[in-house]
Amino acid sequence: MTIDINPELYAQVPDAHGRFGVYGGKFVAETLMAALSELENLYNELKDDPVFLREFDLDLAHYVGRPSPLYEAARWSDMIGGARIFLKREDLNHTGAHKINNTIGQGLLAKYMGKKRVIAETGAGQHGVASATVAARLGLECHVFMGEEDVRRQALNVYRMKLLGAEVIPVSSGSKTLKDAMNEALRDWVTNVDDTFYIIGTVAGPHPYPMLVRDFQSVIGREARSQSLAMTGKLPDALVACVGGGSNAIGLFHPFLGDNDVAMYGVEAGGKGVETGEHAAVLSAGTPGVLHGNRTYLMQDDNGQIIEAHSISAGLDYPGVGPEHSWLKDIGRVNYVSATDTEALAAFHRVTRVEGIMPALETAHALAYAEKLAAEMTPDQHMIINLSGRGDKDILTVAEIDGIDLGAL
Amino acid sequence: MSRLGPVFQRLRDEGRRAVIPYLVAGDPNEGLTVPLMHSLVEAGADVIEVGVPFSDPMSEGPTIQKGHERALAGGTSLNSTLALIAEFRQTDLETPLILMGYANPLERKGYAAVADACAEAGIDGLITVDLPPEEVAVMNTELQRHSIDNIFLISPTTTEDRIITITEQASGFIYYVALKGVTGAGHLDTEAVEAHLAIIRQYTDLPVAVGFGIKDAQTAARVAVCADAVVVGSALVDEIAADFSEHQDDARAIAIGGSLISSIRKGVNLATSN
Repeated sequence: MTIDINPELYAQVPDAHGRFGVYGGKFVAETLMAALSELENLYNELKDDPVFLREFDLDLAHYVGRPSPLYEAARWSDMIGGARIFLKREDLNHTGAHKINNTIGQGLLAKYMGKKRVIAETGAGQHGVASATVAARLGLECHVFMGEEDVRRQALNVYRMKLLGAEVIPVSSGSKTLKDAMNEALRDWVTNVDDTFYIIGTVAGPHPYPMLVRDFQSVIGREARSQSLAMTGKLPDALVACVGGGSNAIGLFHPFLGDNDVAMYGVEAGGKGVETGEHAAVLSAGTPGVLHGNRTYLMQDDNGQIIEAHSISAGLDYPGVGPEHSWLKDIGRVNYVSATDTEALAAFHRVTRVEGIMPALETAHALAYAEKLAAEMTPDQHMIINLSGRGDKDILTVAEIDGIDLGAL
Repeated sequence: MSRLGPVFQRLRDEGRRAVIPYLVAGDPNEGLTVPLMHSLVEAGADVIEVGVPFSDPMSEGPTIQKGHERALAGGTSLNSTLALIAEFRQTDLETPLILMGYANPLERKGYAAVADACAEAGIDGLITVDLPPEEVAVMNTELQRHSIDNIFLISPTTTEDRIITITEQASGFIYYVALKGVTGAGHLDTEAVEAHLAIIRQYTDLPVAVGFGIKDAQTAARVAVCADAVVVGSALVDEIAADFSEHQDDARAIAIGGSLISSIRKGVNLATSN
């Protein structure tokens, strides 16, 4: 497939209204509009400010540990027998995932705004941990909203957040997962808007969040671009990343969007199979609507009620997706595909055994699709997969699925 | 043609304030909704706000969230809500009705189709919590084809610049959200409300209704001194749900709802009789 899109298009989104084409926007209650404007104005002042950018870069270097390596998974590539596969090692970041890139940035914004308290929603707990980490370092009070179901699935991360001094608030409304945690965080924000900064964990929510989270995460793609050139002398032929809300995918994709020869694949959670209805493949099987402050593709019924998503991985278990992804789908720049629970689990085991790298279950979806894609490519081609997070947090889930009794080992 | 303008004009001429109860369509069951609406009118409601159940009601506190969940469990949708409205209109052509809800069910049906269906059913105004002025233009144009009012919200955080923009576009009345928070929260500050209403009135002659945090005759009476209308939501939803849950009796629950509104009506009348 050849892509012929004017590279200048990407610098034009979002527009002044926070729109990516028809997607995005500011669909929130009036009470939050002033806070969003304040954040938007501050960010517009700071995003090109050398002092702010230097502070952000220094934190990424010395606190997060950037740049993250680009690692060639040679043994796995050989086994598949197609393209050379490189892994962008976001799992090696402080706290073990890409999420920290964004919380460092938003934490700085909170500090510049003089806010004393931060709140966050979390699914798998990675964003909650990354928010609690930044809050601890900046001396801010931190409340993390997490669906009851996810609290159960991700007990280790819940305890990590508590150790970091955050209060984890289980959310028992609706489906008790990420979308309900986000509802509850928005309710908290509307109540405590004067002293509270809401650290949104993905490229969703009302404008300016999808833009600023994208900008903070784009360090992934900028590094990957120069690392690819240094290691192979050329740009990659393909990029692969998992998509829940889509922040790690946008982070990798965005600096390459204008390179029409670089193919891009966003891998959604196919759950038990897209045909079963129990999945989180929003872009593959959803329809446009409005949720959590933006217009985007959603999983919804004919009456506009949001349908529960399903995925083995708590971090992909979200019935919406970032609005920029919806736009990139519609203009045909990115291919959105899916991998099932079973395929992701198989890839989790394979990469752990073959490369000695244990990926997060979210990331395993990207790995599962990449295996198929690499096999169709040739050894003179190479792809970069965003290894967005490490799998330690998922060990109990994997053991449970595999029927392993840890006490009996 | 919206009934809101004439009703508020009559109330203003009589020196009275409007009492506006809020209920969720289909909560706790669809059979109860229309008789409840008639009973609220008998108890002294001037306008009724009908909530459209939504899976993710982001501005609602726990009480109204549960109302949405109960209604959804019973299968109530935007379409069935409009059918209930049409049924109410068979015997009441006078009372203005407002549809209050969230954007996604409207997006799914399509804004033009929503406006047509609202006109057909007999809706006078629409409040869509997550369609602020920046996002409501398309919906508002569709509503104006049928002279249905889009009711704008103003909150304690709305800047004066925004108040000017909002009042320029507004019709029907202005809905002032009395506190920073979700519906049913408990920290209503009536002095702050009075101060904000004075600012809003510098820019518009439209009636101003106040909602969020009004739970009984006392709070309603305090707010009615400076507002043109008081909206009562969580307290009504809560009392009806609690009674229905215990007795499973529609008529009983309807009577409970009617008596709450009747007591608020009296409180408001007393506070504003001089």
